[in-house]
Amino acid sequence: MSSVISVAGIRKAYGSTIAIDDVSFDVVEGEIFGLIGPNGAGKTTTMECVEGLRTPDRGAISVFGLDPVRDVYALQQRVGVQLQEAQLQKRITVWEAVDLWASLYPKSADGRRLLEQLGLADKRDAWFMTLSGGQKQRLFIALALINNPDVVFLDELTTGLDPHARRAIWDLVRGIKDRGKTVFMTTHLMEEAERLCDRVAIIDRGRIVDIDTPPALVARHCPERTVLLTTVDAGAESRFRAIRTVDAVTRADARYTIRGRGDDLVTEVIRCLSDHRIHVTDFRTETPHLEDVFLKITGHSIRD
Amino acid sequence: MMALRHLWKLTWLELKIFAREPLGLIGTLLAPPLTVVVLGRIFGRIPTTSPRLTTFVAVDLPVFAAIFTTLNAVQSLVTIVSIYREGGILKRLRATPLRPQTILSAQVLVKLILTATTLVLIVLAGRNVIRVRLDVHLLSFSVALLFSTLSILSIGFLIASLVPTARFAQPVGSFVIYPMLFLSGLFVPVDALPNGVQIIARVIPLTYAVSLLKGIWLGDAWLAHAGDVAALVAVAILFTGLSARFFRWE
Repeated sequence: MSSVISVAGIRKAYGSTIAIDDVSFDVVEGEIFGLIGPNGAGKTTTMECVEGLRTPDRGAISVFGLDPVRDVYALQQRVGVQLQEAQLQKRITVWEAVDLWASLYPKSADGRRLLEQLGLADKRDAWFMTLSGGQKQRLFIALALINNPDVVFLDELTTGLDPHARRAIWDLVRGIKDRGKTVFMTTHLMEEAERLCDRVAIIDRGRIVDIDTPPALVARHCPERTVLLTTVDAGAESRFRAIRTVDAVTRADARYTIRGRGDDLVTEVIRCLSDHRIHVTDFRTETPHLEDVFLKITGHSIRD
Repeated sequence: MMALRHLWKLTWLELKIFAREPLGLIGTLLAPPLTVVVLGRIFGRIPTTSPRLTTFVAVDLPVFAAIFTTLNAVQSLVTIVSIYREGGILKRLRATPLRPQTILSAQVLVKLILTATTLVLIVLAGRNVIRVRLDVHLLSFSVALLFSTLSILSIGFLIASLVPTARFAQPVGSFVIYPMLFLSGLFVPVDALPNGVQIIARVIPLTYAVSLLKGIWLGDAWLAHAGDVAALVAVAILFTGLSARFFRWE
């Protein structure tokens, strides 16, 4: 797998505010790479530097071996862009936008088919201002795909959408990947990153904190696992405490919370239940998520 | 070649979009000729033996119409550029193979086309109302108007580059335009102004536009107005350069 985007030590300041500093990462061909962090962490600044819309103060960026600032017009042929909080003219129709964008590239995808695939076929004559939030974002995805790009940039694609529209957009993003394209996206929604991204870079206060696959990040930073079960077996508590990977057992009436570390915890609890024929009426596990990873390594919640 | 095709495509699209906004369409294209019709009716009842009135109708009125239409174009250029900036439309267009100059030229072209259409409508409306024989070289006047409009639009562009939001655009535009209008020699001849004010009037680009338009309308030779043309071209170059330097996409 070769890397498509390579970012090395970039920094960007606005006046005395340092938006991003020493940001480095690689995006590999065919993956969905997510830059995740709270609002104001520097996600958009980083992405817009890669897109060639901003010039970093220092550091180097290469996309397909091109310099995004110097070779911006060559690069535009090979990338598709969706910008955060962008709008179109209020009274431009969906088809006019698609047609204009298609006319700007020497080779363009079939706009009609794109609109069909994105569920906008019946909206082709609608004005931009009359579209719902989800429809606008789908149009922006269509515009990002119109030149058949190798890399697609998606900046906070589902912000402001309701859960239903959000899920629909997620399916579309997976569809982009299935067509063999590389996706570089930003989001402050950890669930979104977890469901979509092959790898994520966590960014906080302008710096990259860690980069890996979501499960690897969870395993590295939050190895804790929790099993919650309900049993009336009187001897259960001492049996649970005897398990090697268990750190703590708390109990409220018949409900037990068993905390431990490592992937083996769940297996060992189940083995214990079966070995000692402990009858349980409820059993579930709690696994940490990216959200917990973020809290752990930055010391604050992503929602702050 | 490519850029020209893009320019035409974008200009045509912007014209279509403009035509979909009823208020803008009425305000820009229909209100001025309607005003001429109404004013014409009023003036038409006054005996045209008055030499001052005849001069007004034959000389001042056409130049008035031209200048006001141009200033209207400046105002709406400033407004539309700031709305596009605020809405992220400029930024979105910039992240395409469209060159920045194509995006901005399309806006200027739209304003030029609308200005020309408005003026043609005014002339058509005026012809039926005010019956004053005019021997005007229309082509010359159009060229003079083009110089003036481009020059004044370049001022609008600088305002559009500097003004942060659409809400500021309108008042700032008016703040620049109205004082210019009063000092430009349109209402009061520049020579009749107090000395100090005359100096200000001489640095206002609009003064040269008024002088050129009046002169050409009255049949002056272009050579007599070489200074005006030079001033207008210099202003256009200077202000376009400044706005290119200070232009903000977002």
